[in-house]
Amino acid sequence: MHELSLTQSIVDICLQHGEGKRVTVVVLEIGDLSGVVPDAVEFCFDACSRGTLLEGARLVIERIPARGVCHDCRAEFSLGTYFDPCPSCGGFSHAVISGEELRVKELEVE
Amino acid sequence: MCTTCGCGPDEHHDHDHGEGHHHHHHEGESRPEAGTRIAVETDLLAKNRHFAEGNRQLFAARELFVLNLVSSPGSGKTTILERTLRDLAGEIRSAVIEGDQQTDNDARRIAAAGVPVQQINTGAGCHLDAHMVGHAVDHFDLTNLDLLFIENVGNLVCPASFDLGEHHKVVVLSVTEGEDKPLKYPQMFHAADVMLLNKVDLLPHVDFDVAKCREMARRVNPAITIFEVSSRSGEGMAAWYGWLRKNVKGEK
Ligand SMILES: Nc1nc2c(ncn2[C@@H]2O[C@H](COP(=O)(O)OP(=O)(O)OP(=O)(O)O)[C@@H](O)[C@H]2O)c(=O)[nH]1
Ligand SMILES: [Mg+2]
Ligand SMILES: [Zn+2]
Ligand SMILES: [Zn+2]
Ligand SMILES: [Zn+2]
Ligand SMILES: [Zn+2]
Repeated sequence: MHELSLTQSIVDICLQHGEGKRVTVVVLEIGDLSGVVPDAVEFCFDACSRGTLLEGARLVIERIPARGVCHDCRAEFSLGTYFDPCPSCGGFSHAVISGEELRVKELEVE
Repeated sequence: MCTTCGCGPDEHHDHDHGEGHHHHHHEGESRPEAGTRIAVETDLLAKNRHFAEGNRQLFAARELFVLNLVSSPGSGKTTILERTLRDLAGEIRSAVIEGDQQTDNDARRIAAAGVPVQQINTGAGCHLDAHMVGHAVDHFDLTNLDLLFIENVGNLVCPASFDLGEHHKVVVLSVTEGEDKPLKYPQMFHAADVMLLNKVDLLPHVDFDVAKCREMARRVNPAITIFEVSSRSGEGMAAWYGWLRKNVKGEK
């Protein structure tokens, strides 16, 4: 799994944006369909942040629930998986409108 | 080819391209005080997406049709390529990028089919990324190519998240794997535009319900194009070649 390299990019992004200050809080957004395991990111974060300005920072993970919009009837609905049928018409054709996010939302620096 | 960094072929590096600075610095905000919040809003895959966009522009400029082949280990990606390359030799000018954690075994099999090939070894890496692909592409003479196959690392999970700049992901599923793979690995089947159901020569010997598999793939991805093939017997390969011909021509 590549949670380790993703976590390395979290650290890189935070260092770029942290303007040389010690980072105390990192807020991440992880969509429920992103395929990323939040626990694994937390686990890797300790290792990846060690010896950097992020060492000891608190990691806040905000899960983003998945939502889709039906191609057939335009209904918007909550998705548990990529293959949930539309609750209004039963169709399987939909566009994912949220739930695939994987981003650093904000930081808190000292 | 690494237009972002200007690094030459064969140069492997881990430097940062400084992109991702999308937040706005306003006057007086440049030196945050204690406890200051900084909005970042940067995608973890932004860097990969940036390289993928570079690849995509290059492929478009060279009228090159590019496919990213993904599957679990052993579904038959390399065997499908060997047969396809031999059967289309002299008709479509192809090249292959082989991604594996270790060894150049697959690259040697492709080279034996008489096609230019570049091996990428990812080591511990579970997927190819767009930057690696950009460098591998450097080694080909693109003016003399119509079609580029990228065989990804055998893994039905991670390669789904990494855009390489390809036109389509092609997922290979073999009938020895169980028909419920599309539901077990929905992200990959959702991301792919084509599914090659391989090893159909083995259908008489295995418990695999083709209709059910198609139905499950369509649940995850109603628009997916499915070909039933055997890269051993050649059964069903003609329809796949037809799809390739049409799309390669479409790029011109
Ligand atoms: N019976 C049968 N065997 C096949 C077919 N296609 C591939 N195989 C066999 O399946 C095994 C794996 O094939 P490969 O082509 O190496 O699979 P791969 O997906 O490239 O494997 P990795 O690169 O290791 O992920 C080999 O022993 C092939 O001979 C097929 O259509 N029918
Ligand atoms: Mg292979
Ligand atoms: Zn991975
Ligand atoms: Zn509907
Ligand atoms: Zn480079
Ligand atoms: Zn570079």
